[in-house]
Amino acid sequence: MSRGRVGVVIFPGSNCDQDVLWALEELGFEAVRVWHGSMRLSGLDALVLPGGFSYGDYLRAGAIARFSPVMQAVTAWAEKGLPILGICNGFQILCEAGVLPGALLPNVSRHFQCEPVHVRVENVSTPFTRGIPAGRVLRLPIAHAQGRYFAPPEVLAALERNGQVVFRYTSAAGERAAAANPNGSLNDIAGICNPAGNVVGLMPHPERAVHRSLGGEDGRLIFLSLAEVLATVM
Amino acid sequence: MTMAAGRGERVQEQERGKFAVRVLVHFKDGVLDPQGQAVRGALHALGYEGAENVRVGKVIDFELAARDRATAERTAEEICRRLLANPVMEKYEFSLREAGTPAEGAGADASTEARAPAGVEAGAVATTPPGRSRE
Repeated sequence: MSRGRVGVVIFPGSNCDQDVLWALEELGFEAVRVWHGSMRLSGLDALVLPGGFSYGDYLRAGAIARFSPVMQAVTAWAEKGLPILGICNGFQILCEAGVLPGALLPNVSRHFQCEPVHVRVENVSTPFTRGIPAGRVLRLPIAHAQGRYFAPPEVLAALERNGQVVFRYTSAAGERAAAANPNGSLNDIAGICNPAGNVVGLMPHPERAVHRSLGGEDGRLIFLSLAEVLATVM
Repeated sequence: MTMAAGRGERVQEQERGKFAVRVLVHFKDGVLDPQGQAVRGALHALGYEGAENVRVGKVIDFELAARDRATAERTAEEICRRLLANPVMEKYEFSLREAGTPAEGAGADASTEARAPAGVEAGAVATTPPGRSRE
């Protein structure tokens, strides 16, 4: 019995799509490939925009992918309140499309950073965090060159006020510290949601932490939250 | 491409001007520019200690066919806002000049030729009107 039918949107240059498909299937979902040229999203319970380098990150990460035909359908989905998860480049695309506020800028380090980080779960009412205890620290890998979350001060204040910060970089103990912020993100932001909470974007890769053989299992909690939400809906 | 299709394009070109657009995109003031900081560091290492506030941006050049200059400016503005710059963190400015007559074929058409200002060769840098700037 499937835990739900989840579409994985593939753009030219996506390269974490296979990992997401595998992770979803590993956790009991039915995972469906959705090509970026698709105009319709039917028969799906949730969507994942995976990581990678859509259109080679030309101009800005996600800047060109946001005009893919599928993004009109994704935007309509977001407005209908259906669950959408953007991981890394998927997060960048959602920001460029204006589905999520802000933007992701080049890391302060100027390096492509590929390392495990810790993030604290700040909002447990989204479909991707509902099954996680508030304040729980997850160990997840990052792999990005443009992950520095930026938003103008008034947008940042609104995000904090509305509880739209979903994940924050912290130490393993859950303490905020400059050394725990890998890329210079404002307010240590690793992931946010839209005001309704159904669209979540994050820079770390939960699909790379769903099995002991991958060095961690904390990513499972994010996908299993979705399973829980879909189980109550269906 | 059929002859007819090629001809149709040429007719369209006669009726339109062609403009060369140059767009500059930078991070807004106050947005940290790590690349600019690295370049500043390198300049100081080379002894240019007077060099400050280094900001690295992008230049994007393109040609734009449009009915007239005002239309071209409006379209260029829209292109900058929608794709070339992200107004969340970037500012942009652009300059626009009439491009010279295309080198081949259409150059024989008097109406296209008339678009090129006197003394300006195709590809030459004409006097640039004041750049438009938006944040």
